[in-house]
Amino acid sequence: MKHAPSFGPLAAKRRKKRGDGPFLLAVLPLYAFTLLFVAGPLIYMVVLSFLQRAEVWGVVYTFTPQNYVHILDPIYLKTFVESFKLALLSTALIIAVGYPFGYFMAKLTAKWKQRMMLLLMIPFWTSSLIRLYGWIIIFRANGVLDKVLMALHVTDAPLKLLYTYPAVVVGMVYALVPFMIFSVYSSAEKLDWHLVEAARDLGANALQAFLTVSLKLTLPGLLSGIVLTFIPSMGLFFIADILGGNKVVLVGNVIQEQLMKAHNWPFAAALSVVLMVLTSLSIALYRRVAKVKDLEGLV
Amino acid sequence: MEDIILQLDRIEKRFDDAEVLRGIDLTIRRGEFITLLGPSGCGKTTTLRIIAGLEQPDGGRVLLEGRDVTAEAPNRRNVNTVFQNYALFPHMSVEANIGYSLRLKRVAKAEIKKTVAQALELVQLAGYEKRMPGELSGGQRQRVAIARAVVNQPKVLLLDEPLGALDLQLRHQMQVELKRLQKRLGITFVYITHDQEEALNMSDRIAVMREGRFEQIGTPAQIYDHPHTSYVAHFVGAANVLTGTVTAVDADTLTFSCLGGQGRVAHAGAPFAPGQRITVAVRSERVSLIADTGEGDGLPATVKEKNFVGGVLQIILAMADGSELVSSRHGIDSPLDAGDKVRAIWQPDSAVPVDLEAQP
Ligand SMILES: Nc1ncnc2c1ncn2[C@@H]1O[C@H](COP(=O)(O)OP(=O)(O)O)[C@@H](O)[C@H]1O
Ligand SMILES: [Mg+2]
Repeated sequence: MKHAPSFGPLAAKRRKKRGDGPFLLAVLPLYAFTLLFVAGPLIYMVVLSFLQRAEVWGVVYTFTPQNYVHILDPIYLKTFVESFKLALLSTALIIAVGYPFGYFMAKLTAKWKQRMMLLLMIPFWTSSLIRLYGWIIIFRANGVLDKVLMALHVTDAPLKLLYTYPAVVVGMVYALVPFMIFSVYSSAEKLDWHLVEAARDLGANALQAFLTVSLKLTLPGLLSGIVLTFIPSMGLFFIADILGGNKVVLVGNVIQEQLMKAHNWPFAAALSVVLMVLTSLSIALYRRVAKVKDLEGLV
Repeated sequence: MEDIILQLDRIEKRFDDAEVLRGIDLTIRRGEFITLLGPSGCGKTTTLRIIAGLEQPDGGRVLLEGRDVTAEAPNRRNVNTVFQNYALFPHMSVEANIGYSLRLKRVAKAEIKKTVAQALELVQLAGYEKRMPGELSGGQRQRVAIARAVVNQPKVLLLDEPLGALDLQLRHQMQVELKRLQKRLGITFVYITHDQEEALNMSDRIAVMREGRFEQIGTPAQIYDHPHTSYVAHFVGAANVLTGTVTAVDADTLTFSCLGGQGRVAHAGAPFAPGQRITVAVRSERVSLIADTGEGDGLPATVKEKNFVGGVLQIILAMADGSELVSSRHGIDSPLDAGDKVRAIWQPDSAVPVDLEAQP
């Protein structure tokens, strides 16, 4: 007589069937937690976005689509477009810097990997706000950057980069590039180098081997890196605030302003909902184009 | 005139401080099945990688059809490899894996499809085009890896322990198939294994490797019957290796004393003189056991144990100095029991003097 296999997909199915009950029970608290603290606020935000602001403080509980109509005002539309452009540019730069960094880091010896990892972690030990003030010192007129460039005779006059668009982009890239690096690194670490050698052996030059093998197999890391950097770069208002002065206004800045200064919570909520929908849509679109399911669990 | 396809010329390779290859010379003829045989860590894979161009030698040259390719990138050499772990691209179907090199060469799609189908037929996997490597068994992956490597019609195919991960039965089957495949394709094979049986079974020639050097290169018969060194004798077919002193030299044979008895060996014209030390290799199946007469040819011994392994009865003998000697024969029957006193003898021409260079 035949014995049922103790391994393989069939066995896995069997195990799953048997183990489902206790398993569900164990994760129930997690689901409850997620529901309460993730879904709850989201629902609250959506509800809030359809309410009216009160005269002085708080909200009035009457339904209105007015907040969304308000967003169609060219001023706000423009903010969305600008934010999107900045996020695209930042993400492109983050890929350009972070992908090679993460990819080659995975090829270092164990000792050097550890050292690089440490170097990447150290900045996280200080507040990101404080690190941004560091950039002010570097960027401001006659600051560190200007002094160095002038000393090297690259420029003769101060560049006055602080409170400009490039300063904000640099700030974004600086703040978010570690996420791309870690994400690509973890993917590249799993890449079997023999596969690249096999590609070379079969006639691929270095670039062809990279495109057909390395890039394809590290795509999950690259994609999750993009998700991890693109979404925040739409909303990191304090970077635009600190390094862009009032010259660069992002959706995140508007939301913060509406919430903290104008106390128009419903409008801030509506802006947030639209931002969320837009980012979700762009990721869905991206996923369609890239034809991968590797983002599952992340989005 | 010999048709030489690949030549290694004094190849040297160091990793950090370790000398892994110490000046390797090898000449391979077109269509030959040559095996690099040696224990793990002796430098087989490194040699193969240098031929493939995946590793740069620290000294020496690689000549492919007379052309120096030492500095050429792997993709510029018409040499393909079947990797030890197969190295199939996990994100590509069987079809895409096999067609990879053809796509790089921009062969027409229809042509690729046809060639891939033929290659799959060749390795008896017709109809597996759409499978992913993850859905294949070890043996099937092996076949795909071979198909992928031969589809490009390489001048030389390099195989790094291709059967190492398969179970014994499948291994024997694949040995036969690989040998047939090689005959059919007419491609030169450079094959790596640490399994002496596999090497003897498949190769036209065997290069026995030891610590980054070739100890002996020859046909399976030469390696098996005429090992040059005790290392080769021991590694290939686990021969008995005896050390003694030459007592008399005749026209064809010489007599040497060892282990409280004496043996004879064909010296094949090697310059031996009485009093000289000599090392001799005798295959276990050439060792016969007779009743102990106390004198004449043969070594006195005591039967220690009997093992029946793979249709062969191995009789382990304890010698005068406590060392072991093995005598083997077909069939399970033997009148001998543990503790019996016997004399181990052999025909002079079934023993060979080894380590001639090492003799003083
Ligand atoms: N990339 C490497 N770096 C350092 N040492 C290596 C490297 N590759 C191989 N070696 C060493 O070289 C020796 C020979 O290795 P290898 O050619 O793989 O042997 P084999 O294939 O005969 O088992 C081993 O001692 C191994 O540790
Ligand atoms: Mg090896």
